[in-house]
Amino acid sequence: MITIDLTDQPIDVAATLELVQSDGAGAVNTFIGTVRNKSTGRPVVRLEYEAYDSMALHQLRKVADQAKEQWPMLEKVAVIHRKGTLQIGDVAVVVAVSTPHRAESFAACQYIIDTLKQVVTIWKKEFYEDGDVWVAAHP
Amino acid sequence: MNLKIALFGIAKEIVGQPMLEITAPADQPVQELLEQLRTQYPALRGLSSLAVAVNNEYAEGSQLLHERDEIALIPPVAGG
Repeated sequence: MITIDLTDQPIDVAATLELVQSDGAGAVNTFIGTVRNKSTGRPVVRLEYEAYDSMALHQLRKVADQAKEQWPMLEKVAVIHRKGTLQIGDVAVVVAVSTPHRAESFAACQYIIDTLKQVVTIWKKEFYEDGDVWVAAHP
Repeated sequence: MNLKIALFGIAKEIVGQPMLEITAPADQPVQELLEQLRTQYPALRGLSSLAVAVNNEYAEGSQLLHERDEIALIPPVAGG
């Protein structure tokens, strides 16, 4: 079972973990991405995430489906991503997977967050005390 | 044909609006649309990458565009 969501509300990490509870799973692996207070040494005051919602949801679903193909023993997957304005320490993304044994849970969780960063249509703008930058936009 | 192109992130800032409506020859390939937009908005050339999405999928340069396609310009993504 796969749960995908994109929300402008704070992510409930405990509720996300419940989504992947499974009697057949001996392992639940979670990645929680949070807002850091600096970027390349520059203090960050807040972030804004913008999403192309329909494509982001479609691509997130594909990433989860690919993980399920690669690790057929995956029991459940949940991927929840925030959008809108976030403050330092806020949760930006949660990836949670459950599997019978731990090795696959680490691998599948890492695959999902790494691939999400490459393909999912979400953009991040960092705000500093003296300006702002779209992350990764320029070489 | 008339195309509507959705814009996001820095591409939206460069163009100055969230949606662009342009007239293009029928069956225009994606790479020609990109070239047309880069000529019109040279700042797009400075981006690390610029993709086109058609109906929620990344499109190859040779893919032909159709009037009813949902088209979007995808500057470098930075989720997570």
